[in-house]
Amino acid sequence: MLEFQNISKIYQSKNKQVVGVDNVSLTIHKGDIFGIVGYSGAGKSSLLRCVNLLERPTSGKVLIDGVDLTKLSSSRLRTARLKIGMIFQHFYLISQKTVGENVAFALRAAKTPKDKIESRVNELLEMVGLTDKKDVYPGQLSGGQKQRVGIARALANNPSILLCDEATSALDPKTTLSILRLLKKINKQLGITIVLITHEMDVVKEICNRMAIMQDGRVIEEGHVYDIFAQPKEPLTQEFINSVVSFDIPSEILKDVKGQIIKILFKGEVAGEGVISDTMQRFDVKGNFLHGTIEYIQERPLGIFIMELKGGQAAVKEAIGYMEQRGAIVEVVESV
Amino acid sequence: MFDFAYFVSMLPDIWKAFKETLTMIGIALSISLVIGLPLGILLFVTDKGLFWENRLIKNIFGFVVNLVRSIPFIILLVALFPLTKLIVGSTIGPVAASVSLSVAAIPYFARLVESSLREIDKGVIEATIAVGATPWMLIKDVLIPEARTSIIRGVTLTVISLVAYSAMAGVVGGGGIGDLAIRFGYYRYDNTIMVSTVAILIILVQLIQLAGEQFAKSIDKR
Repeated sequence: MLEFQNISKIYQSKNKQVVGVDNVSLTIHKGDIFGIVGYSGAGKSSLLRCVNLLERPTSGKVLIDGVDLTKLSSSRLRTARLKIGMIFQHFYLISQKTVGENVAFALRAAKTPKDKIESRVNELLEMVGLTDKKDVYPGQLSGGQKQRVGIARALANNPSILLCDEATSALDPKTTLSILRLLKKINKQLGITIVLITHEMDVVKEICNRMAIMQDGRVIEEGHVYDIFAQPKEPLTQEFINSVVSFDIPSEILKDVKGQIIKILFKGEVAGEGVISDTMQRFDVKGNFLHGTIEYIQERPLGIFIMELKGGQAAVKEAIGYMEQRGAIVEVVESV
Repeated sequence: MFDFAYFVSMLPDIWKAFKETLTMIGIALSISLVIGLPLGILLFVTDKGLFWENRLIKNIFGFVVNLVRSIPFIILLVALFPLTKLIVGSTIGPVAASVSLSVAAIPYFARLVESSLREIDKGVIEATIAVGATPWMLIKDVLIPEARTSIIRGVTLTVISLVAYSAMAGVVGGGGIGDLAIRFGYYRYDNTIMVSTVAILIILVQLIQLAGEQFAKSIDKR
C-alpha cells in the first residue's frame, strides 16, 4: 500500500514561491492501477516523483507499506528504491550500453550475484518481448522498444510499485496501446501496483481501476475510474471525460428539439434498451435519441444516452421516475 | 630559402627534438588524464542538484582550477621552477618541462571533462538514481560511458594544447621541437629549420585531430 499523507512541495526561486503540490493525501492499494490525471503544471509529476524521493516533499509523508521513506538514510533509501520501479516519457536508457547491459545495471544495483544476472536479464527481456534485441544499443530501437527496455529495467528487482511518468506520451497510438497492454499484463501476473500520470484520458480508460484528477497542485476528485466516468463531479473532470466520451450535438438539431432533454446513464448490467422501450410503452411519452454510446470501462459497460422526451409534463416526470426505478440514472439537462 | 641538403643533415637533431616533444606530451598527458578526469568528475557531481552536492568543495576546486587557468603558460613555466626542481631535480630538459605542462593541462582537461558530463541528459542520471544505483555505479556505468565520446574529444583538444605549450617550453630549455625552432629558426634566422619545425607541428596537430575524431566516432553507440 502506498500512502501520501499531506504532501506539499514548494519550489523556492529567488523572489517567489511556486506551489507544486498542495497538501495531497491519497491512498493507493496493492494491485491498483492508479491514474493521476491533470494538465501540465498541475503537480502530478512532482507528486509521482515524491514516491521514490527523486523530489523531496517540503512537508508530509510518503508511506510504502507503512514505512516513511522521507525518514530513511540515503543508503536505506537506495535499498527502498530497488523495490520501486520507474519508467519515463523519454525512456532515459544508458545510450552507450546495450539493452542487456541496461537491464543488468539495475540487477547490479541490487547486488545480484553475477551468475544469476544473465538468466534474469533473459527472463526480463522475454517478458517484454525483446529477446532478440539483447545486444543492440538503444539508439537502434523504436520508441516502443525503448520503453519496453525501460520496463524490463524497472521490473528487474521485483518491485512492488511501478511508477509511470507519462510513459506513453511520446508514443504513437498503436504503440501506446501495446505498452498499456504490457503494463496490464505485468499488473495482473506479478501483482505490481502501478501508479501512472498522464494527460491522456484514453490511457486511464484503458487500464486504470482508480484515478485522481489534479489541478493547481491539489487532488480535486478521486475514485474508481468507472464511477468517475459515469458521473464526473468537477468541471475539470468533465472536461477530461469529454475528451474521450463526447456528446456534442449539432446546434441545427438542438434548434428543433421541443421536448425535455434528458441524459440517461446505465451502469453495468442494466439492460439499457429494454428499459427505454418499456418506458415508451408504459407512458404517454415519445422518445427521440439525440446521442448515445456504450463505453466499456474496466470491462463493464457504461451506457450513456441523450434523448428528447416529448409528452405531458406529468407523463415525462413519471417516465423518468420509472427509468430511475429500473436502475438508470437520469439527469435533466437544459443544454448539452 | 629551404636548403634540402642542410635539412637532411639536421634530421638527427630534428628526430631527437621530436622525441623530446613526444616525451613531454606523453608525460603531461598521462598525468593530466589521471588527475584531471577525477577532478572533472568531482567538479560535476558536487554541483547543485547532483548526488554529491557540496558547495564548499565545488567552490574550492573551481577556484583553484580557474586560478591556474588564468596564469599565462609562459609565466607558469617560470613560476613553477622551484616545484620542478623539487620533483625532477633539474629545470632543464623535457622531463622538467612536463611538470609545468601537467600543471597547466590538468585544470584544462578537468573543465573539458566537466562540460562533457554536463551534456548528459539529466533524466538518464535521474533514471539510474531511481533504479537504486550507488554513486560509484553512477560514475562508472553512467557518467563515464555516456560522456566517453565527448571526453575523447576533450583529450584530443588537450593534446593539441600540449603541443602548443610544449613549443613554449623550448624558451626555457625544455627541449623539443619548439626549442629547435627558437634556437635555430628564430635566434639564427635559419629558415630551413623554422619551416621544417612548423611543418612538423602542423602535421602532428592534424594527425592528432584526425585520430582523436576517428576514435571518438568509433566508440559512440548512439
